Amino acid sequence: HLATSLPLPSERDHLRPRIDLIAFMIDIKSKYSLKNVEASLAYVDASFFLGKVCFLVTGVGRVNYCSVETNAVWKLRDIYCSPVLYCELELEGIRVATAQRLLRMLQICAGHIPGVSALSFGSLMRNSEDE
Amino acid sequence: MDETVAEYIRRTVLKIPRDEIKTMLQTWGFLSEAQLQTLNFHQTKDYVSQEVVQLCEDNSADIKQAAVLDIIYNHVYPNKRMWSVYQMNKSGEETEFFDLTDFKKKFKRRLQTALKNVTINFREYEDNAIWIRIAWGTPYKKPNQYKTSYVVYHSQTPYVFISASVIRSTLPLLCQALVVASNYHDIREMELRSHCLNSLKDIVFKRYSQTFQTYYPRPLQERNVTSENVDLRIIQENKNEKERILRVNREVFGDGPQPKLEFAQYKLETTFKSNPTLDVSDIKEPFRCLVKFSSPHLLESLKSLAPAGLADAPLSPLLTCIPQKARNYFKIRERKGFFPGSFVSP
Repeated sequence: HLATSLPLPSERDHLRPRIDLIAFMIDIKSKYSLKNVEASLAYVDASFFLGKVCFLVTGVGRVNYCSVETNAVWKLRDIYCSPVLYCELELEGIRVATAQRLLRMLQICAGHIPGVSALSFGSLMRNSEDE
Repeated sequence: MDETVAEYIRRTVLKIPRDEIKTMLQTWGFLSEAQLQTLNFHQTKDYVSQEVVQLCEDNSADIKQAAVLDIIYNHVYPNKRMWSVYQMNKSGEETEFFDLTDFKKKFKRRLQTALKNVTINFREYEDNAIWIRIAWGTPYKKPNQYKTSYVVYHSQTPYVFISASVIRSTLPLLCQALVVASNYHDIREMELRSHCLNSLKDIVFKRYSQTFQTYYPRPLQERNVTSENVDLRIIQENKNEKERILRVNREVFGDGPQPKLEFAQYKLETTFKSNPTLDVSDIKEPFRCLVKFSSPHLLESLKSLAPAGLADAPLSPLLTCIPQKARNYFKIRERKGFFPGSFVSP
């Protein structure tokens, strides 16, 4: 399901399946997208932050056009205890690889991988990020 | 043939893209078809231009004929120059019959009495457009053929498109000559400028697709399905909002292509209104600020802002009024002036 912001429109509540993973997309070229994500985070139930939320930062290939500071993204990662993925949607290879990563995460979050829970995977990702 | 004329012709030919040189020379008509046959257009432009100059030498070209080639070039490639739009006003209501010969005579006479050394050329085109090329000199110097002004006048309209010379002092004289020659009362500069001459004409002659309030708006659903490759596994949660944005955008911009402008400039003469939490006292003098939007195609990019999610729909009327008001340079004063002092940012 694609949405431009949260909360989701209530008229489609009955048509929606269970949500297993929320990926917030931040376009590194647009401060507006960061503000939008920050505003939408307020509408997410706390239980999602146990491994069912991730931040997807797009547009990282264009170094000259960065409007969003890396610190701002890290702040979100720390406050909401959720992993950050970086990608460049315009390059097909990276796009496909990122999709595969998200799909893997989704399988874990939906409980399709036995022995791995969303929370354990989330803490695994977080530990690997610490320098 | 004068050396300066030869050089001028050579430089004009060099400007033309190689594939177009033959056509343009044919339109010019100064060289005979037989002479054109002798030219080899497959060599480098340097050689072609030299050969053309040689042929012109054989035909004893003078500056008037060279100037015609220049007009033809600028008519085919007007977008290399910056054009401003001027509007003339008549005090009386009678519409006099336009006499081309009379216009040309009066125009030339007016300029030549003021300035002896000018080169003036006229060329008429099918769409009632009169192209005028003026090379300016001084009482002591011959006209500088490289610092020319161009005027495009549609005789059935009060509008004149001027690409002024870099010599700014010639502009008032030019405007005066136009007013006198066309039997108008005065002329004023509209705040509308662009490189794309046809787009300026579109705006001023209202030839772009304008929007009208329709009582029964067409449903948008059909359009969406046919235009995109829809993957049915992707569900758009905000479909209603997206449709609203598309509809509002369409109401504002219309369906057709937008006229091509490169800038919109807003000069603010409003007082600074500070946020009450900021520790800045209200300054009573105007806060001078210039905001300039630039783009290869400004109106199309404004039209695509809301659908791309980069701005809220509807856009600020300051941006969307550009074609209707036929201006892209604005002065914004305080609310008691003719424009509201509000400034919307996406």
